[in-house]
Amino acid sequence: MGLTKRLSGVHVDHRKNTAGMPIIPMPVPEKVYIPMSMHIGAPCKPLVKAGDTVKVGQLIGDTDARIGAPIHSSVSGTVEAVIQGMTQLGKTDTSIVIKTDGKQELADTVVPPEINSFEDFIKAARDSGVVGLGGASFPMGAKLNIKPGTVDYLVINGAECEPYITVDHAVMLTYTRDIVDGIKAIMKWLQIPNTIIGIEGNKPDAIKAFNDVLAGDASIKVHELRQIYPQGAERVIIYECTGRKVSYGMLPLNAGCIVANVSSVLKLQHYLKTGLPLVSKYITVDGNIVVHPQNVEVPVGTMICDVIEFCGGLKEEPKKIVLGGPMMGRAIPRDDLAVMKANSAILCFNGAFAGQRKETACISCGRCVAACPMGLMPAKISRAFRDKDVEMLKEYEVLYCMDCGSCAYVCPARKPLNFEFRQAKAMVMEASKK
Amino acid sequence: MQAFIYPVIIAIAIAFIASLLLALAAKFMSVPVNETQVKIREQLPGANCGACGFAGCDDYAAALAEEGSTVKTNLCVPGADAAAAAIAAILGQDALDVVEQVANVRCSGLCDATKPEMDYQGIKTCAAAKTMFGGPGACKYGCIGFGDCQKVCPYGAIEVCNGVAKVNREVCVGCGLCAATCPQHIIDIIPDVKRVFVACSSADKGAVTNKLCSAGCIGCKLCEKACKFDAIHVEDNHAKIDPDKCKNCGLCAKACPKKVIHVYPKPVVKPMVKVG
Repeated sequence: MGLTKRLSGVHVDHRKNTAGMPIIPMPVPEKVYIPMSMHIGAPCKPLVKAGDTVKVGQLIGDTDARIGAPIHSSVSGTVEAVIQGMTQLGKTDTSIVIKTDGKQELADTVVPPEINSFEDFIKAARDSGVVGLGGASFPMGAKLNIKPGTVDYLVINGAECEPYITVDHAVMLTYTRDIVDGIKAIMKWLQIPNTIIGIEGNKPDAIKAFNDVLAGDASIKVHELRQIYPQGAERVIIYECTGRKVSYGMLPLNAGCIVANVSSVLKLQHYLKTGLPLVSKYITVDGNIVVHPQNVEVPVGTMICDVIEFCGGLKEEPKKIVLGGPMMGRAIPRDDLAVMKANSAILCFNGAFAGQRKETACISCGRCVAACPMGLMPAKISRAFRDKDVEMLKEYEVLYCMDCGSCAYVCPARKPLNFEFRQAKAMVMEASKK
Repeated sequence: MQAFIYPVIIAIAIAFIASLLLALAAKFMSVPVNETQVKIREQLPGANCGACGFAGCDDYAAALAEEGSTVKTNLCVPGADAAAAAIAAILGQDALDVVEQVANVRCSGLCDATKPEMDYQGIKTCAAAKTMFGGPGACKYGCIGFGDCQKVCPYGAIEVCNGVAKVNREVCVGCGLCAATCPQHIIDIIPDVKRVFVACSSADKGAVTNKLCSAGCIGCKLCEKACKFDAIHVEDNHAKIDPDKCKNCGLCAKACPKKVIHVYPKPVVKPMVKVG
């Protein structure tokens, strides 16, 4: 098993309703709730206490762990409390509640970093607070901390293959030059000879914008990706852009590649240029019941209900609110949760869109097998999961599944395949621990 | 001579030769079976629950029947005293008493007491539901109610009624399979003689619990004051009973304003249940 020559996937409706819309900055809300765990790795410890005055860009949470990203205040105001509460990841976590004063004064620490060496650059990448903004939220400082010269491809992910989401598209059109500057900085300090920017073919204007800016630069290429989901998945985009395979247990590094999302590169470049860390997030607000679907720039920690309110509110009671795209995003049970660094979309649907269809028996049609970009056999894995057969699950390489949901999307029996595989993966991990 | 005689003779001859072969095979290829083991195995209930600490009933029987075995004869909780006495008789030892145990669900959040927080659409198992914001219920510590315990119980002793798993104490043998399966870890296995239980495990603060569930422990400590044996204490915002100190007096249950301390009637002598 493994990667086939031409990776499969599914054709999903693009539904890019907000394409071409500018990114509108949202006014600062009354209160923000900044969670201390917005990245993969160790959660941060709060550095402020109730009553403290904070300014935009001030460090309010940090960790000593190797994999971790510092957290900065997205607003100016007073710390109201440090609370324990549910975050959008479904876990109880520490959050800092800041009452804003609306002045949005910048902290004194917001000055462009001085970079003279590789170590300085890594420190800057860490201090920027940037995490993988494509959704994985892996800290940028840890991702770039490799031996310079060991990687020969930097793959920039501008695929945005999920339906509805258009922020990366808007970012690529608005900040083309900044993104290219960010790419050049990474290439310079990590001594990466080549960069490939992967953009899905449904965004010809973004491809043109990059080609215009890059005119004559041979080390950075733009690669047009096929319009098929999931082209933006890490392993898929590496294969599509460089032809290299990243099998299970391998990191992109082992294949000589580093993948970064366009928004992550942009936020890093903003920090290098201005010293302002990641304090706001570009987000698409869409869905069939949002009054004014649009792209907004939201301070990190804003309540999701405030963001929806800014977009005109909802036409009717939502049946489902999804953070992220409809394929891989997570549904949330309530809207009083804070926006995190890695959020890229808030989608609200009514019952007509988000209703659940009845599950029927598997007819062994094999559509899931044809759809899986990783070349797995979802129907077989599903059966092994129901039998709780860990050995079979391992044999069918369930750990190779990246949870893209293509199998569940095409399944005529409407089986919740990828939800099952998430359980199955946990089961295999649990068994291998014993 | 009739024509059918030949096939009949041939068939009889083949049968004779085959039976001879089988008899020889049984003689020379037989695996020696420990008769004690077989006898002991017959006395065990056959649930293969693992409460004894062995891989199943066969494994336990084999361990008991071994020459010079020091394995105790009273480890089979489902088999209770009857099985222990029978095994002891086979092995010629003194009968040991089995501490009968029973499962107890530490939640009383029935459908009319608490409300679901979300319209959960995923796979209908507790383990899967728990991965989604800790479960569909408003209280994140209580019974999820998809019946993972019910599916795993070999005796049919636990059942989800009105949103919360309920143990049939007359059928439950305390094997512990449900307790090991429950993703919320709210099933306790306790000695059958203990009849007073706190049916709540919420670690939320009292005010929060009160808002989420009308049948939740709010940690008011009235039970602590009522108890004369220092057996009940509020930890993690809910009351916990120390079974070693509890004397089944039920004073705490009378003092509880939320009625989350349940007192069960006296245990009955359980018949041994055989499975399969």
